[in-house]
Amino acid sequence: MLLTLDAATVRFGGRAVLDAVGLDVAEHEVVCVLGPSGSGKSTLLRAVAGLQPLDSGRVLLDGHDQARVPAHRRGVGLMFQDHQLFPQRDVGGNVAFGLRMRGASKARQDTETGELLELVGLPGAARRAVAALSGGEQQRVALARALAPRPRLLMLDEPLGQLDRSLRERLVVELRELFGRLGTTVLAVTHDQGEAFALADRVVVMRDGRIAQTGTPLDVWQRPADEFVARFLGFGNVVPATVEGTVAVTPWGKVPVPEGSGQGTRTLLVRPAGVRLVAVDAGLPCTVAARTFQGTHVTVHLQPQDGPRLEAACTLREAPAAGDAVGVEFDATETVVLD
Amino acid sequence: MSGRRGSAARLGLMALPVAFFAVFFAWPVAAIVARGLKVDGVWRFGRIADVVAQSDIRHVLWFTTWQALASTALTLLAALPAAYVFARLDFPGKQVLRAVVTVPFVLPTVVVGTAFLALVGRGGLLDELWGVRLDTTVWAILLAHVFFNYAVVVRTVGGLWAQLDPRQEEAARMLGASAFGSWRKVTLPALAPAVAAAALMVFLFTFTSFGVVQILGGPTFATLEVEIYRQTSEIFDLSTAAVLTIVQFAAVGSILAVHAWTVRRRESALRLVDPSVTARRPRGTGQWALLAGVLASIAVLLVLPLAVLVRRSLDGGFGYYRALGDADGGTFLVAPIESVVNSLEYAAAATAFAVLIGGLAAAALARRDAGRLVRGFDALLMLPLGVSAVTVGFGFLIALDRPPLDLRQSWILVPLAQALVGVPFVVRTMLPVLRAVDERLREAAAVLGAAPWRVWREVDLPLVRRALLIAAGFAFAVSLGEFGATVFIARPDNPTLPVAVARLLSRPGDLNYGQAMALSTILMLVCAGALLLLERLRTDRTGEF
Repeated sequence: MLLTLDAATVRFGGRAVLDAVGLDVAEHEVVCVLGPSGSGKSTLLRAVAGLQPLDSGRVLLDGHDQARVPAHRRGVGLMFQDHQLFPQRDVGGNVAFGLRMRGASKARQDTETGELLELVGLPGAARRAVAALSGGEQQRVALARALAPRPRLLMLDEPLGQLDRSLRERLVVELRELFGRLGTTVLAVTHDQGEAFALADRVVVMRDGRIAQTGTPLDVWQRPADEFVARFLGFGNVVPATVEGTVAVTPWGKVPVPEGSGQGTRTLLVRPAGVRLVAVDAGLPCTVAARTFQGTHVTVHLQPQDGPRLEAACTLREAPAAGDAVGVEFDATETVVLD
Repeated sequence: MSGRRGSAARLGLMALPVAFFAVFFAWPVAAIVARGLKVDGVWRFGRIADVVAQSDIRHVLWFTTWQALASTALTLLAALPAAYVFARLDFPGKQVLRAVVTVPFVLPTVVVGTAFLALVGRGGLLDELWGVRLDTTVWAILLAHVFFNYAVVVRTVGGLWAQLDPRQEEAARMLGASAFGSWRKVTLPALAPAVAAAALMVFLFTFTSFGVVQILGGPTFATLEVEIYRQTSEIFDLSTAAVLTIVQFAAVGSILAVHAWTVRRRESALRLVDPSVTARRPRGTGQWALLAGVLASIAVLLVLPLAVLVRRSLDGGFGYYRALGDADGGTFLVAPIESVVNSLEYAAAATAFAVLIGGLAAAALARRDAGRLVRGFDALLMLPLGVSAVTVGFGFLIALDRPPLDLRQSWILVPLAQALVGVPFVVRTMLPVLRAVDERLREAAAVLGAAPWRVWREVDLPLVRRALLIAAGFAFAVSLGEFGATVFIARPDNPTLPVAVARLLSRPGDLNYGQAMALSTILMLVCAGALLLLERLRTDRTGEF
């Protein structure tokens, strides 16, 4: 394993920000830690970088305990959330910084800086002032600077957090391709699931300093481990349920679930796509409370006579208007019994 | 970085400043207090009550306090409108005028005293024009204090005012507040801590005023500091001087405690913006009248005294300046002009000491993990600004006169004493800048492979280089003007400029008087020159002075 966290714990004034976290990252793997703010994901990166001492547990790189290795000797790269480019140096000076710290010759610094700037799509920008860069350009320079010393592990803290949507979507693809081409091992943290799913081979969901779930993006999306993960991924249709065979009894009435689901008192998730709109007298009667346009589909917010609200996804053509009365049926393939 | 290594690094940085203050501040002051209060090896604390009960001492205490209060009130009255004008109005020549306003603050107190003597004293400008003399009244002292401290208020209050976001007031206007109402509800509360801090600084400087009162006070008016000097060097009553030192120490200590508190409150989160975007051309008669009034008061209060000083020194052409080159005046063992060279050499050495000691202290204080103990040291570093310089000077003589540290014959004594006064300025200038360096920039450098000292060289130093130069300039200016301590320890054959001026003034005769004016003018030009160089370097965000 390139990186191993072994029961890593960090406390801030009695509160455990990292609570006995265990995590492995293999060589050439891209792992994304996903969690709401305050879940401890940035602290995780700082602990690996050596900027935040552990209260207990270990950080191992290539199997070696890093407890006595200071940040500048760990050979890992960190791209900061707001980039932290050195304002008193130009673009080239920023990118070459790590090479200079390792005593690279001026000629090598210049060649590698040039190559890296080309790689991140800013050829010939070496003499530009940092202050004159746009947000996207700063992000590219920060990436080039982190890559320059050839770190064995590259860490990214909310790599695209401050950029606007279209730029983010473009950069996510670029980064993914770049890491694949370079074979870089990457540990990134973000609160944006889209970013995490697009970037990562493996996703780690964190909650209150603990790991709530780990798996491939598809795994996590299809089978959230618990209610927290489901809600964090944006699913609203989560209710307590009693499961017997392939039927779950919920506040919305009986809902079919796939065969082999866990039995007894559980939590049930119904994906919006699994909420089908039918005639009023054909299913659970609901009133349309609101509808929100999502680009490819419409999310319809439904208020049953009793029980919590439901979200249904449907095409714009099929979407009822606010105030309409509709019936609801559930699709067993889109329901998941959690826990 | 581990906690233990962090505190080791901090101790390393603190070691030299702590040792310096222990040997060259705490020890001399303690020595002189002990000399005054210890009789045959027994402490006589009863002396304190005895001395304070004396009616003439009570008179001094009372005068010291009320003149400081009056000076502070007058300074605020004169300088607050100027703070507004400099912060919010844009007018041609603003940069130059800002520098001009700051000149008096770095002028040696002796020069300030001399300038006001030339303005309101016997044979002064007012005397010639209308037969008015103020040098026997308290007004001369108060005006000189306003002159001296004007910049403190303009800098501290105006500096913050310029950075307050005008949109805050606009937000209040949108919520229904009147123009004055939004100023009172939004801007004033934000400014209040800065006004309080400035007022405390002015109070501190005027409470411990020495040079100005020594020259303008005559036999009638004496502050604590002047009285300590009189008791020490004229009456040789060390025990009274020791008691007065303790009284002043206690007073200054409590003022500084309040000051530290207001500074902390000032650091509370205000939304600050680039000062260059908050000022605009004056609009309406009110703003034009205010601008005119401020310009007129600067002309009368700040420029006129200096102009008169220069004119006096030129009475009869350059005769007084030429006389400075002769040693046969009898006042000194050497020609007065040599004091210029002495002063520059001493001030250069003192600046080096102050930058080294103050820089290390600021680096230790700026560390994020700085604890309560270190912050206590911050307040301690400010003490030399308020503790009787006279006591320090005299303390040097009696504490550093025998092995292991016999420095009586050494030139280094004078720059050491001057560095004590310079260190607080270095710390106060460097600290905010060092604290403003984003910790994550240092972390970014560390992650890229820079070892801790390399981080300092690559990240901190380039960002604080300007502040370092400014700190050095301030240390140089205050060292050049230091008078209270230097007057004791400068050897007769090696006087500094302020000591030479004071000695010339204490002799009768027009020639001595004229020479004092000429020397003061030279000192003023050197200080103003140093300051104008600094103004080119500084931005409004740098430092607290």
